[in-house]
Amino acid sequence: MTQTNRLSSGGRVNRAKTVKFTFDGKTYEGFEGDTLSSALLANNVHLVGRSFKYHRPRGVLTAGSEEPNAIVQLGEGNRTEPNCRTPMVELYDGLKATAQNCWPSVNFDIGGINNKLSRFFPAGFYYKTFMWPKGMWEKYEHVIRASAGMGNAPSENDPDTYATKHVHCDVLVAGGGVSGLAAALTAGRTGARVILAEEHAEFGGQLLSDADATIDGKPAMEWVEATLAELRSMEEVTILPRTTVTAYYDHNFLSALERVTDHLGHGNGGDLPRQRFWQIRAKQVVLAQGAIERPMLFGDNDRPGVMLASAVRTYINRFGVLPGKNVVVFTNNDSAYATAIDAHKAGAKVTIVDIRENPAGAWVEKAKALSIQIHTNMAVIGTTGYRKVTGVDIMPLTADGKGVTGQSQRIDADIVAMSSGWNPMISLFSQGRGKLRYDEKLTSFVPDHCQWANISVGAGNGEFTLEGCLSQGLAAGSKAAQDAGFGDGVVPPTPAAPEDAQGDMRILWYIPSDRPLGRGRKHFHEFQNDSTVADIHLAEREGFVSVEHLKRYTTTGMGTDQGKTSNVNAIAIMSQIRDVKIPMVGTTTFRPPYTPLTFGAAAGHAVGELFLQKRKTAMHPTHEEMGAVYEDVGDWKRPRYFPKDGEDMHAAVQRECKQVRETVGMMDASTLGKIDIQGPDAAEFLNMIYTNAWLKLGVGKARYGLMCNEHGMVFDDGVTTRLGENHFHMTTTTGGAGRVANWLEEWLQTEWPEMKVYCTSVTEQWAVSSLNGPKSRELLAELTDIDLDPENFKFMEMREGHVAGVPARVYRISFTGEIAYEINVPHRYGKHVWDALIEAGKKYDLVLYGTESMHVLRAEKGFIIAGQDTDGSVTPMDLDMSWIVGKNKPDFLGRRSFARSDTSRPGRKQLVGILTEDPNVVLPEGAHVVETVKDRPPMDMLGHISSSYMSPNVGRSIAMGLIKDGFNRKGQTLSVPLMDGSVHKVTITDPIFFDKEGERTRG
Amino acid sequence: MLLIECPWCGERDQTEFTCHGEAHIVRPKNPDELTDEQWGDYVFFRSNPKGLHKERWVHDHGCRRWFNVVRHTHTDIVYGSYKPGEPAPEVSEEALKGGKK
Repeated sequence: MTQTNRLSSGGRVNRAKTVKFTFDGKTYEGFEGDTLSSALLANNVHLVGRSFKYHRPRGVLTAGSEEPNAIVQLGEGNRTEPNCRTPMVELYDGLKATAQNCWPSVNFDIGGINNKLSRFFPAGFYYKTFMWPKGMWEKYEHVIRASAGMGNAPSENDPDTYATKHVHCDVLVAGGGVSGLAAALTAGRTGARVILAEEHAEFGGQLLSDADATIDGKPAMEWVEATLAELRSMEEVTILPRTTVTAYYDHNFLSALERVTDHLGHGNGGDLPRQRFWQIRAKQVVLAQGAIERPMLFGDNDRPGVMLASAVRTYINRFGVLPGKNVVVFTNNDSAYATAIDAHKAGAKVTIVDIRENPAGAWVEKAKALSIQIHTNMAVIGTTGYRKVTGVDIMPLTADGKGVTGQSQRIDADIVAMSSGWNPMISLFSQGRGKLRYDEKLTSFVPDHCQWANISVGAGNGEFTLEGCLSQGLAAGSKAAQDAGFGDGVVPPTPAAPEDAQGDMRILWYIPSDRPLGRGRKHFHEFQNDSTVADIHLAEREGFVSVEHLKRYTTTGMGTDQGKTSNVNAIAIMSQIRDVKIPMVGTTTFRPPYTPLTFGAAAGHAVGELFLQKRKTAMHPTHEEMGAVYEDVGDWKRPRYFPKDGEDMHAAVQRECKQVRETVGMMDASTLGKIDIQGPDAAEFLNMIYTNAWLKLGVGKARYGLMCNEHGMVFDDGVTTRLGENHFHMTTTTGGAGRVANWLEEWLQTEWPEMKVYCTSVTEQWAVSSLNGPKSRELLAELTDIDLDPENFKFMEMREGHVAGVPARVYRISFTGEIAYEINVPHRYGKHVWDALIEAGKKYDLVLYGTESMHVLRAEKGFIIAGQDTDGSVTPMDLDMSWIVGKNKPDFLGRRSFARSDTSRPGRKQLVGILTEDPNVVLPEGAHVVETVKDRPPMDMLGHISSSYMSPNVGRSIAMGLIKDGFNRKGQTLSVPLMDGSVHKVTITDPIFFDKEGERTRG
Repeated sequence: MLLIECPWCGERDQTEFTCHGEAHIVRPKNPDELTDEQWGDYVFFRSNPKGLHKERWVHDHGCRRWFNVVRHTHTDIVYGSYKPGEPAPEVSEEALKGGKK
């Protein structure tokens, strides 16, 4: 028999369309329009999962996104998703769900032993027990996490697509219940751009669960339909069902998750994205999120079948499902009477247990008129049943409500519908820096004031009457639109929506039982993390009284539901224990997201190839043909080496380096930062930016320069060439290009606006082929009309002409210490020139080399790489480059700092060469250099290795490093202890290992 | 995420900008005449108020221009932007108390 709990009529499901699904391998039927919750309840499936810590059987508690218990693993393979809240999962044909936190099955779960042993698992148990001995936590943690897990993440890539949308609007309305609809309506009528976001598939909020409500004398849902129809007709209104506003950030920036095709079933979305992540900048926000009912904290209140009263009413009226035949309504207020009445009308045997002494008023009378039995001044002290509630024990309360007295009485029950009042959902308001106020009558927190432009309305603002919600919504929409510059602020009259008034609540945060707290019965306030009232007492005894400590100690509110049903109850219990008023305990900070987000939605389009853009040079297609292995430098793909005949990197680099110095090598240097600097003050400007002198540099001449920040520390270097009197071409490191461009602009715009200098990044305008080696001149001569005679074209000069038939600027500069030419051609000719040089280079035995060989070749010459051999704490003097600091210049950036006591003191870390005793040992970069080796760290560190390679041209390993008082240590023997325990003796030397006199460069 | 008004481009998301700390730190004209302490004050020391803060921002992912912003460091409310060399906008007591822009 299927759908035993489905009522013969009623509800908003489509009974004409049966939908098949499986839960834990068993097939069931539901209807189109069901959620997984309503379909499971229709089939009388109450046991849906096991709890996190004690593995207690758990069922559906709520009908909304606040669900802490009924969380399941949805789908299989690469589309599986854990922690799906069943009330938020719309049913589709073929849906597959499995219970979480249980093994081998939800009915028989080995972990259930934790419940029997629960006396030994109080709050803080894991941390107290497994933190000893010190350092072992990391080992225990794996085991504990595995047994505690919250479902399983997919192990394969997500095949779905996700979209991201950035929008601006005048009024964002969060929540599509009656208040939100009313606000969207009046705002929309002004012509303002309105976004209306509703978490559920259908609009109407509480009205969807209320069969009796009327507006203007008609069923309330007719007003909802009419309002939606009018909103749909408005061009500037965007209506987003299945969309949760997940976060409220500064300056009215909000995010929302739209579940576009989830309800169609995994993989059935066609061309649409699975989900869409909205990032919304709203001039005005209307918060209409409604309220969440509070559970009652009575003994063993977590049995499957114990539900929120409002949820039971929702399943009856919205889904046509009566979850049980024997309903006990346990309440402290009148709102649950509506559930009792609707359950009675749906055919259930209903008993009301009311903790109030003399409940009275229209709601009580209505229940009495239906002959529903009402036990007043009574407490449910405990429940019976294990996998499903079978009954409740009730007992009269003492006068102060702190205990029970007299005879206990058992009532059969398969559903306990509980209500201890309502909490306005103030999460978004609070995330958006809104300050809360404690409302004594409501016994909950409500929005007070906020620095950002928002208005809270309806139940989320503590207003629980239908007319009140309509009135607040209509007014807020009008006001928000007017504040955003639309409409005249006039509010239409509120339609009539009469209801019976509700009486007062009786507040007993903790429902006493016949046994002392913590013995035998568990009073859960936080279902998902298995936290009980006794745990709050324990936290207080151990000193964790601050609400933030309480949260972390008991893990209250730290589950996937973020404690939506538990926070206020936990705070109230703590306030009772401490005997202070609830506002004195305060709330924890509400943080985004309001409900869990998929990683896919957060990433959006930025996955795979689109995660990070790849910058490629003009020569890239040829590099591909040549089999280059790449290195990422910034966003650039730079050839690292060009392996031949299965060479590894070491073999390739040794071959490349040797051949560059024997014949000629070529490297793609296009990625170097290039900045075109023009203006009458350009030379003066460079004089301030660089440490050396620039005023007298001749046109066509190039100069190497170091840039320091005002701390006097080197941060970039490069060669800059004077192309004309007022025109320079600056090069920077590849990774520093953006930083240097910003640095130049910063000084020009903020400090020296009177300087006439204009900087333009031209990095991508020029493709650069760098020829290096003794045969480079001969090779270039084959393809150029430029006079390469060393008498006419000297080192550190630039000539314009043609190379391979295209216009080129050729710079005779060298980063290898060889005769070298950097051939700059417009980007579109880059591959042509590169290919022509390869062709012409065949007879000169040209070798292509990459960044790895470039590093080795420059290190052989002791040339630094800014950012590798410097780290932001290194001055030019520390690099032994005093020669580049203009002694006669009155000022330049960083100069004054050279004279600071710390910068000028002796014994600073200085760049030196480092040679290992064993010439075959290549030290790892970053290795520490020490004077005295000890058994274990810490050892006094003198410095570290910054560059280290095997050099084929020197015939041994070479290294550079920053060593305290390094210049005075040349010739000293020091030690380098490595992680593997080995210790290597090293000698401090000069950092130039090859061609000390520099004769080759100038040749 | 803040909404920043670039004096040249108008209001844009914070992601288009970077903040470069306190504004109106003028580079001394006579570095050599300063004591280490005076120079160190210019290089290293910045105010860190809880309240209004004039700070430099640059529209990196836009016009690449530098400008100044008056921001409240506690509330993150931005009270205005102005170009280098222009005076900072006045912030009234009322605006500060009201909390709203």
